[in-house]
Amino acid sequence: MDHLIAGRTADVRISGLGKTYDGGVAAMADVDLTIASGEFVAVVGASGCGKSTLLRILAGFERPTAGSVEVGGTPVTGPGPDRGVVFQDYGLFPWLSVRENVAYGPSRKKLPKGEITAVTDKFIAAVGLTRFAAKYPSQLSGGMQQRVAIARVLANDPSLLLMDEPFGALDALTRTDLQTELRRIHVETRTTVVFVTHSIEEAVYLADRVVVMTGGASHGVPGHVQAVVPVELADRDVTSPAFNEVKRQIAALVHTVPTPA
Amino acid sequence: MTTTAVPVSAAVPTAPAERRPRRKGRLRPVLLGLPVPLLFLLLWHLGREGRWELPFGIRMGFLPYPADVAGGLANYVVGTRDNAFSNLLWEDLPASAMRVFAGFALATLIAVPLGVLMGRFTTANALFDPMINLFRPIPATAWVPLVALLIGYGDQASIFLITLSAFFPIVLGTISGARQVPERLLEAARMLGTSGAGTLLRVVLPASAPAIVNGMRVGLGLSWVILVLSETTGVPTGLGSTIFLARDVVQTDQIVVGMICIAVAGFLSDRLLKLVVRLLFRDRPLIK
Ligand SMILES: Nc1ncnc2c1ncn2[C@@H]1O[C@H](COP(=O)(O)OP(=O)(O)O)[C@@H](O)[C@H]1O
Ligand SMILES: [Mg+2]
Repeated sequence: MDHLIAGRTADVRISGLGKTYDGGVAAMADVDLTIASGEFVAVVGASGCGKSTLLRILAGFERPTAGSVEVGGTPVTGPGPDRGVVFQDYGLFPWLSVRENVAYGPSRKKLPKGEITAVTDKFIAAVGLTRFAAKYPSQLSGGMQQRVAIARVLANDPSLLLMDEPFGALDALTRTDLQTELRRIHVETRTTVVFVTHSIEEAVYLADRVVVMTGGASHGVPGHVQAVVPVELADRDVTSPAFNEVKRQIAALVHTVPTPA
Repeated sequence: MTTTAVPVSAAVPTAPAERRPRRKGRLRPVLLGLPVPLLFLLLWHLGREGRWELPFGIRMGFLPYPADVAGGLANYVVGTRDNAFSNLLWEDLPASAMRVFAGFALATLIAVPLGVLMGRFTTANALFDPMINLFRPIPATAWVPLVALLIGYGDQASIFLITLSAFFPIVLGTISGARQVPERLLEAARMLGTSGAGTLLRVVLPASAPAIVNGMRVGLGLSWVILVLSETTGVPTGLGSTIFLARDVVQTDQIVVGMICIAVAGFLSDRLLKLVVRLLFRDRPLIK
């Protein structure tokens, strides 16, 4: 297996963050969160509690209506290649081959041709798709498409990786494979990761800390951070009692009746 | 299909068995496609001979025989009769094709960028939409007298009318394509470091390609219609002008020859456009 470069990495400072959508939906309010460089943070919570909203603000796709976000000391003003986003529905360009999708970011940076090829090949190999480099996304399974999407953002050497339920549409086996791979990739790159999921097990398996969000427009309270749970497990054996104790603790928090922070 | 070269392959014995059903599948539509046109030619011949009078006041006695048309076509293409129309195709076709190509290309060059902007930006749409809706219902035929006064007759008037007519289907196709680009792909492009203008080129254009090509095919078909209209008066060479010249000298077989040639030219140009599109995109999957 090819070794991944130690990528860039950045800390994240979120303070007093809030979002009220046009039309008055108060999706999220008063979110304060600091994420260290290289940390893997999972965000869990019931549907509609504002997880995607938070992630999309970090990505720069949405503007907050209150508070501020800094990534690596720079305020977020719009999307950029320093923050790679992996979507649940992959978002691959259907008319580009696997190789061209992965080369897309490096090509925008106008790197020398040889370097683009080297980076592209490396990350296609890193997600185990070398044999499929000439295929188009529609010729691949969902799991393989998501591997392409991950390789595509990693090839851009982002300092922050934002993932919104990336494995939510995959079958259980593929999902486990990709979780293992993502863990390995994170260990090698030390890129900061914010990972949204509705699977508590997935969050505990992957993350250094789990952010529990509650509330949401349908509860009459804007979505907010209920608790932040550090995962201090030496190994991530999903069958161990310690692992399940953390799961239970987080599950209880997810189901707390939301109160404004 | 020839079978001269025998490939060194273990699959050789099975090849004929595989091929037969495929050939049958290809032959069937050809065979089924023949009887109706043949019947049409037969009725045409009989109708001419018997001077049939048909509904709409069609007097078939004024038609040429199908065989005369075939002779006229040969004369038009290779000069078998030694008259004013001998070999004339090779002057008419380039003149007409040039007008169609120039008008169509100009329409595409204006309509595609404008359609992309109108499809993506509400401001651009608000600026140009009223103008397009104002001009679109004016038929090209209604433009002819004004164009005759403003430009006169000739290549420029012809190209202008073709550009004007081909513009609308192309711009409308592009607008609808650009509006339907999945938001997700634009987000993906932005987070990978594409500038705002870059997303138009790298995402909106390829994602709208099928809609743009559809608009272009309609526009190209219309270009040939307008070509004939624009060659009705005063233009000395062209497929359309020859039809009207033939009418003036009452040579009905030549009129039909001109009609056939325009149909074939229109058909071939559509095929050519499809070929260019295929070469451009190879077998890339596009958004439907
Ligand atoms: N673009 C939008 N316009 C209006 N309301 C939105 C928009 N996006 C999300 N919302 C609303 O904001 C709330 C939080 O949504 P979201 O962040 O997607 O939650 P989650 O990802 O946790 O399920 C929901 O009530 C949702 O309906
Ligand atoms: Mg969501």
